[in-house]
Amino acid sequence: MPELRVNGGAYEVDAPVGTSLAEALREELGLTGTKIACNEGHCGACTVLVDGLPKLSCITLVHQLDGAEVTTIEALRDHPMVASFVRADALQCGFCTPGQIVSAVALVESSPEPTSEEIRHRMAGNICRCGAYPKIEEAIRTWRD
Amino acid sequence: MARLIRTEKEVEGRYEEVWLVVEEDALEQWPDGPLKIVGRGAPRVDGLERARGEARYTADVRLPGMLHTAVLRSPHAHARVKRIDVSRALELPGVRAAIGPGDIEQLTGEPGYQGAAVAAVCADTLAQARTAVAAIDVEWEELEVVVDPDDAVRRGQVHDKRERSRGDYERGLAEADVVVEGTYRTQTVLHNSMETHQSVAAWEGDTLNVYISTQFIWGVREEIASELELPQDRVRVVCEYMGGGFGSKNDPGDYTFIAIELSKRTGRPVRCALTRREENMAAGNRNSTVQRLTVGAKSDGTLTALGGEFVNALGWSGWNASTEGPMQMLYACANVKTTTWGAKVNTPPMKAFRAPGFVEGTFGLECLMDELAAKLDLDPLELRRRNYASNDATDDRPFSSKNLMECYRRAEPHWARRDEVRARSTETVKRGVGMASQIWYGGGGPPSYAWTRVGSDGRVTVVTAMQDIGTGSRTAMAQIAAEELGVPLDWVTVSLGDSARGPYASISAGSSTIPSMGPAVRAAAADAKRQVVEIAAQRFDKETRTLDVKNGSVICSDGGKWPLEDVVGLLEDAQILGKGARGPNPTGMQVLTFGVQVAEVAVDVETGEIWVERVAAIHDVGRVINALGAESQVEGGIIQGIGHTLSEQRLVDPETGTILTRTLDAYRMPTIADAPEIVSELLDIPDAHLTNLGSKGLGEPPIVPVAAAIANAIRDATGADVRSLPISREEMLRALREARERERRGAPAAV
Repeated sequence: MPELRVNGGAYEVDAPVGTSLAEALREELGLTGTKIACNEGHCGACTVLVDGLPKLSCITLVHQLDGAEVTTIEALRDHPMVASFVRADALQCGFCTPGQIVSAVALVESSPEPTSEEIRHRMAGNICRCGAYPKIEEAIRTWRD
Repeated sequence: MARLIRTEKEVEGRYEEVWLVVEEDALEQWPDGPLKIVGRGAPRVDGLERARGEARYTADVRLPGMLHTAVLRSPHAHARVKRIDVSRALELPGVRAAIGPGDIEQLTGEPGYQGAAVAAVCADTLAQARTAVAAIDVEWEELEVVVDPDDAVRRGQVHDKRERSRGDYERGLAEADVVVEGTYRTQTVLHNSMETHQSVAAWEGDTLNVYISTQFIWGVREEIASELELPQDRVRVVCEYMGGGFGSKNDPGDYTFIAIELSKRTGRPVRCALTRREENMAAGNRNSTVQRLTVGAKSDGTLTALGGEFVNALGWSGWNASTEGPMQMLYACANVKTTTWGAKVNTPPMKAFRAPGFVEGTFGLECLMDELAAKLDLDPLELRRRNYASNDATDDRPFSSKNLMECYRRAEPHWARRDEVRARSTETVKRGVGMASQIWYGGGGPPSYAWTRVGSDGRVTVVTAMQDIGTGSRTAMAQIAAEELGVPLDWVTVSLGDSARGPYASISAGSSTIPSMGPAVRAAAADAKRQVVEIAAQRFDKETRTLDVKNGSVICSDGGKWPLEDVVGLLEDAQILGKGARGPNPTGMQVLTFGVQVAEVAVDVETGEIWVERVAAIHDVGRVINALGAESQVEGGIIQGIGHTLSEQRLVDPETGTILTRTLDAYRMPTIADAPEIVSELLDIPDAHLTNLGSKGLGEPPIVPVAAAIANAIRDATGADVRSLPISREEMLRALREARERERRGAPAAV
């Protein structure tokens, strides 16, 4: 049984080989903040951090993690990026939002004051069908306000 | 006393007559302009739970013992099931039940499109259900496939044919100094909401609980009850948070009936969720159109004739949306004649998609108008002003309000950037500016109800069984209640999303949520406030007309002031309950939304790449409730429209009807890198004739003029006529070649 290290805790998960990280988080650990929207690595809704880097959890297999530390939206609830998204109205239906926020947190970790160009480049893997993009850009530009 | 009336109701341009009970003491509208809370920007009241991943969407519903479903969908666009055997599937591990054609109406033995549901299996895990579905043995007989809508019309294979005319079209053409004709094509596009279509069904005694991602809790309830022959109150429909719909989630869908039947057979809760690939096949679409259009005009630009032959490729089923609507309604023209075919083809059924018909029809009409302006050497904005419709162009009814001329006036500074934008062109990158007008419905209607509950701490809960599909309805309703009741916004909670927990509420489609629900919520808040004032009057020995509630306190004109919690607190555990209903729309008036958008584009004439650099959007939707949320709606509509214009396309093999774009890398939706600068301006002029709010809807208007404004900007930049969506690089290069050919032959380019 693989051990999964998530948000500072360690869990034994009963997951057959081939189980995706997204599925294990949602079905085994009950961490449903990570959303699955395409389940094949095209939309970014399932983004989590693995050892601090953004990863698509729907195409990451549990058995490949090898002790890496996974951070999900549940551990970022009090991150200023969350408040910034709400303040800027950077979400509409909100289904893609946890993934957007995880990607945005990863972005500002490496580049605390990203330029517009950086934001548009680094966030292009997170689709928002409601089209909240202008406000997402604003939320990331003003995340420390 | 309850007064019974007969009134007209409109959703997405479709009308019906309904009976309605109205209250006698209708509220006066609030004064114009932003108030204390209404009209100001408010971040979403449910923003935190959505952003933190705490909001429970249908996708997150996990019931004890819940089974998972996989659906066998037809691999053929038209076929007959000669034999089907589910016995091998039933023997596999974890499988609990299987159903096929004939078990429920939604499973067909003669699919008319690829992706039609044929059989379904439920199992302990999703993986087991999928394995089992693959083990179902089917023998198919393939049938003839018709994909081309013109071909379908020639064969008489149509769902509907609608002819509309006024005046004398032929005479109008004869009187014209100039006639312009054009054929415009729009493609099939997909809603692709981030949360796919899904339901969880669970029986509890003789009550059926359905958790569903839906835009219409009450419509789903009614359809299920009617199909299953259950009393409506035995069906409970829940949708607390919803991951987008855009028109595709107005009804229960095959997946819900599959979950219900499997739940009935197994005695366990059953989830049925579409995969993204199923979503790209079987979840509805904006149908493609072919529009053969003609306009005749005098040399001063006065329209003398408008004519259109429209073919909507509806798919195997669907309804014939009003693609001719803009041509019939946008301009004053005495002679108009349109025919609209709803072709029946072997592709998945259309569903309403954000202003169905009008998005497509506005592209054709507003491009045609620009081509006419070029031919007449008239300013496109001026041409539109000269043909302004002061009354409803179809039947001369007055509008409840129309401020399109004011929208045009406010568009002038954006329109005036033309020379400066064009001057920034280079040898290879050409820039230009284009505009298009917007007309659409959005008046909402009755019936719709809300309750308010004021606790002894003075805090307020609005209770109504509506849904917030992601547009910010919870927030708008909280603002309206807070404004009316005179309490801070954070004193108000909105309880929605459950048919067992509140009264009937409107569909969230046709830009109707705010205009339908808002007046009911305001009426319910006013009812509670009236009671608060009456209680305070008796307790403090004042006349009710001297009392009001402001900032959470009851105040008296003599200077008295008592915190609301002290007044209501007198009652200890008692609560004040208010109720409100949506009144009728104004009799004999046409209620519509209007607007104009000005787009700036850059076109690389060597590669055909197009960038939308800036869009200014000016819309007239009556009173604005949430200035911040409204801006988000405008931006979202424009960005979705850019996808429709430039990149999105559901492709189908013309021979077999096989769907070729089933994934989000193949079906190309805009990303953050595609978002232009957007300037949004709402007039915020309350419609004096419409309800106690004067508000119309904003969900759909912003997407309506996008494609035409961009196409007109491309013509302005390059001289090329783009008449076919999406304007891919290939289409752009084709149009540029055509323009060069025309120039070489000596005919002047359109610019």
